[in-house]
Amino acid sequence: MAHTEQEILSGLAEIVDEVAGVPAADVQLDKSFTDDLDVDSLSMVEVVVAAEEKFGVKIPDDDVKNLRTVGDAVSYIQKNT
Amino acid sequence: MTAAIRPSTGAPHARILGIGGYRPRRIVTNEEICQYIDSSDEWIRTRSGIVTRRWASPEETVQAMSVAAAGKALANAGVTAHQLGCVVIATVTHLYQTPALAPMVAHELGATGAAAFDISAACAGFSYGIELAQGMVRTGSSEYVLVIGVERLSDMTDSFDRSTAFLFADGAGAAVIGPSNDPAIGPVAWGADGAKADLITQDKSWSEAFRRDQNAPVPAPDVQPAAGMPAEQGTSRESRTAGWPHLRMAGNPVFRWAVWDGAHIAQRALDLAGVRAEDLDAFIPHQANMRITDAMIKALKLPAHVPVARDIADQGNTSAASIPLAMERMLESGEIKSGGIALIIGFGAGLVYAAQVITLP
Repeated sequence: MAHTEQEILSGLAEIVDEVAGVPAADVQLDKSFTDDLDVDSLSMVEVVVAAEEKFGVKIPDDDVKNLRTVGDAVSYIQKNT
Repeated sequence: MTAAIRPSTGAPHARILGIGGYRPRRIVTNEEICQYIDSSDEWIRTRSGIVTRRWASPEETVQAMSVAAAGKALANAGVTAHQLGCVVIATVTHLYQTPALAPMVAHELGATGAAAFDISAACAGFSYGIELAQGMVRTGSSEYVLVIGVERLSDMTDSFDRSTAFLFADGAGAAVIGPSNDPAIGPVAWGADGAKADLITQDKSWSEAFRRDQNAPVPAPDVQPAAGMPAEQGTSRESRTAGWPHLRMAGNPVFRWAVWDGAHIAQRALDLAGVRAEDLDAFIPHQANMRITDAMIKALKLPAHVPVARDIADQGNTSAASIPLAMERMLESGEIKSGGIALIIGFGAGLVYAAQVITLP
């Protein structure tokens, strides 16, 4: 099931808000999870698990560490759905 | 003529009759941990929920801590050591291949009628032990079983490892299991995933740690023979590679496995016992990390009214000891009551996991 970039971004923003309490509006493509959004690596795991469920995508542990910015995550999800 | 074998008869059900714990005296702060790693009190609290932890002093051996915890459990259960049919100790830090710790603890307690053995099931050790004990009581090999979870994880902790130095701690928790007319220990939901064995592991075997290098040019023995005794044969041509082994853990993959696979196991234990999350009087997960506990609560959709064990905050992660220590604290404080039902779940190196619903002693 293909999603548009915007669909993925807003879905991800909802997840990040739910997991880490970051306002969805702050979750922009150029933002770094750790540096800009204060989402640490354990919260990142929670985000990834929720994204797997929401978008029907698999994100193995080894790929999670490469998702540094919101944009990285959105492209990954887009490429893999 | 073929003789028939008479089977044993056991009790209809099994129950945890009493719990007891031992916490080492020495309190270690995050500041002290941060002397050796580039970290901070705030980072450690955020990452793990740990404010302080307990580390054993030299005289607080795994044996001493086991005996202390067991004494309390026996007293709380109203059972004497003589009545014990078996002593099972779950530990990964009894640093002898043999003898096992359990026979020595049984001897010190005066459990002269007990079989005794250790099990190695890491942080699932206590739950594994409870399952073994309830089986023994119900099939009849033992009327009363003592299960102890004990660790000196500080012995295996690398103080310079930024990802684990702040986590591991020491302590002992014991439970006495005995017969019951009503079910009081639910069916275990357990298993293992050896494919992930490298996620939490001692980083080298003892034989690698003490490997002798036959070709070393310069002898550097660190052991002097006693006066008058010959030098150990070969020491002048060998050097010892003394690299003490440490526990290593891949934090993020373990977090993912513990929370989501853990939640499935926990749900299976609930389903097997015919209990719903909202019926629980307590949730007592292995105290691995406060973040794991919090994420598990969400994954299980545990209602807010269910008390949750948070012992890790000032105890640290004590592997096999963590569930009984947490249970004891919640009972002693009155946060949970005897007779209530609790879900316990352990998960750890192996990887191994086990969960069951139990009636609180």
